[in-house]
Amino acid sequence: MAVGNAKTLTKLIVVTIGMFGFGFALVPFYYKICEVTGINAGAEQSLVKNTQIDSSRWVTVEFDANINEALPWRFTPVQRSMKVHPGQLVQVEYEVTNTSGHPVVGLAVPSYGPARAEAFFKKIECFCFTPQTLAAGETRRMPVLFVLDSSIDREMHTVTLSYTFFNTAKKAQTDSEKTRPRG
Amino acid sequence: MSDAAHAHDDHSHGHPSGVMRWLTTTNHKDIGSLYLWFALIMLFLAGSMALLIRAELFQPGLQLTNPDFFNQLTTMHGLIMIFGVIMPAFSGFANWQVPLMLGAPDMAFPRMNNWAFWLLPMAGIMLMGSFWLPGGAVAGGWTMYPPLFIQGGISYDLTILAVHIMGLSSIMGSINIVTTILNMRAPGLTLMKMPLFCWTWLITAYLLIATMPVLAGAVTMLLTDRNFGTHFFNAAGGGDPVMFQHIFWFFAHPEVYILILPAFGIVSQIIPTFARKPLFGYASMVYATASIAILSFIVWAHHMFTVGMPAAAQLFFMFSTMLIAVPTGVKIFNWVATMWKGSLTFETPMLFAIAFVCLFAIGGFSGLVLAIAPVDIQLHDTYYVVAHFHYVLVSGALFSIFAGIYYWLPKWTGNMYSETLGKWHFWLSVIGMNIVFFPMHFLGLAGMPRRIPDYALQFTEFNQIATVGAFIFGFSQLIFLAVVLRTIKSGEKATSRVWEGAEGLEWTLPSPAPYHTFETAPVVK
Repeated sequence: MAVGNAKTLTKLIVVTIGMFGFGFALVPFYYKICEVTGINAGAEQSLVKNTQIDSSRWVTVEFDANINEALPWRFTPVQRSMKVHPGQLVQVEYEVTNTSGHPVVGLAVPSYGPARAEAFFKKIECFCFTPQTLAAGETRRMPVLFVLDSSIDREMHTVTLSYTFFNTAKKAQTDSEKTRPRG
Repeated sequence: MSDAAHAHDDHSHGHPSGVMRWLTTTNHKDIGSLYLWFALIMLFLAGSMALLIRAELFQPGLQLTNPDFFNQLTTMHGLIMIFGVIMPAFSGFANWQVPLMLGAPDMAFPRMNNWAFWLLPMAGIMLMGSFWLPGGAVAGGWTMYPPLFIQGGISYDLTILAVHIMGLSSIMGSINIVTTILNMRAPGLTLMKMPLFCWTWLITAYLLIATMPVLAGAVTMLLTDRNFGTHFFNAAGGGDPVMFQHIFWFFAHPEVYILILPAFGIVSQIIPTFARKPLFGYASMVYATASIAILSFIVWAHHMFTVGMPAAAQLFFMFSTMLIAVPTGVKIFNWVATMWKGSLTFETPMLFAIAFVCLFAIGGFSGLVLAIAPVDIQLHDTYYVVAHFHYVLVSGALFSIFAGIYYWLPKWTGNMYSETLGKWHFWLSVIGMNIVFFPMHFLGLAGMPRRIPDYALQFTEFNQIATVGAFIFGFSQLIFLAVVLRTIKSGEKATSRVWEGAEGLEWTLPSPAPYHTFETAPVVK
């Protein structure tokens, strides 16, 4: 009986020490669970989270690119579309290439679909309305930084941001042609 | 009980006498008595704190205590009642009864048994002594939550050390009980023939061995955060105070079953005796006890619904908590079915056992209400919670201890207690207890927060009712003390069976039980 008792004693002491260790093992376990499930992250939640973001809904933003008249450029959005939360700061890029053998100046003008969406596009940085000079064969990536206002209509599930590049040189030429007879 | 044991010490071989006898004793009956006396002394100390709390709450505003001392009282009342009263009292029962019920000569490790007990008074002195230290005793709540518990003064270190010691004591006691039950049963006494009290203690002891070390780890982390520059829970150093709550309640929910499972065992011995019928559904009682113990490990976060957790986690902890009502319900139905069509008599142990079944059920139901996460967010830290856990711990655990003392005292002392005084004690306790705690349900529903020395005017009447009840309940415990002292000294001689319907090995022994029993193991058919 005494031998049996000593055996039981040893086993129970091992369990005791094991459970003492388990108490400490709960510490990394706790942080791992919080990390995997993202349930704690107290600092992130309380300090950095932007309360202006309406994370309850998604809006699909489509990006469109066009070339007007005989501008010898290739112009495409890097990303065709993306889902964003209203209020979220979004950065996208357009890629433009001058396919001709000489420098060309172009100017982009935005348009929106539906047209009503214009009121909710808050652009922080954009390449539009600024003459862009591309050297022969040059490729450039141009960023657009925008926020969809969180007051955007709930019915608007998809909006389109479209840019069209105009050839400013040709425009100037046309203008001068128009003015020349008078001058 | 001590005198009786001493008087029949006919096997004594030159043992020391006086104080040294008690300091060095390895006899399970002596140690059982020591545990029970320690618990009784602590009951009066922590009970006096409760009366001070209730006296302060007799009126709104501050009368007797300042808020800091009030917080010290609530904290120490909780800590001492749990670690100094209920747990030692159950250990006392285990020491007295487990060897007698199993037909074993003593506990498996008598020397360790002695150590396990004598650690307790050391921890008790540390806890009580901290009242006189600079800054007073701990005031951060018995749950020891950081940040309060990593900010307090010297008494916080002392309390952490006391918790370590008490944990060590109950682990040693539990190892002893498990080993005794597994290895030292009389020939023929299979596990499934064991009295239910031994079963509940076996499972309780496993719970203690599994969770006490986790508590020890948690308070060790508090200690190193306080003194050695670690940052487990210190948010300023990148730690997480909420993590303490998870680790703590991983221990403390099993702990609340540690405080009630032995009570189930005691009541399961008493009700069949006075119903003169075998326990209804013995096997289902064993399985229900085991399932409560297993479920207790996966419900801890229902104490923490308000600290923030994902809805999925709230649902999980809510439903797993409610699941515990199933095995608990099995037990209640079995006790009622045992009484059904029995030849009932209502001696004091039976009265306390019946009160236990009824009032514990009330506490169980308010527990179900609190398990509902959306309701708990409203009721968290209100007097509804106070009402709930006093129904399960006072009319649950404490009443079962009274029942057990009245039931086995004649066996331990050889004398019958005074039935008249016992009945006075019972009725004053049961009425007083309900006057204290029933109005607290309404106070909690109306929004009175717990652990606050002052309250809004509209809560005055119910608080006054509760305070009156508290003084009735508190002072009626002096009757209990008188009953115990009188029974030890004198009283009608008890027969060896004591109760007409009593079954089990302990009733085959003469009353009082001799100092050494079952030196040759009895054979159970």
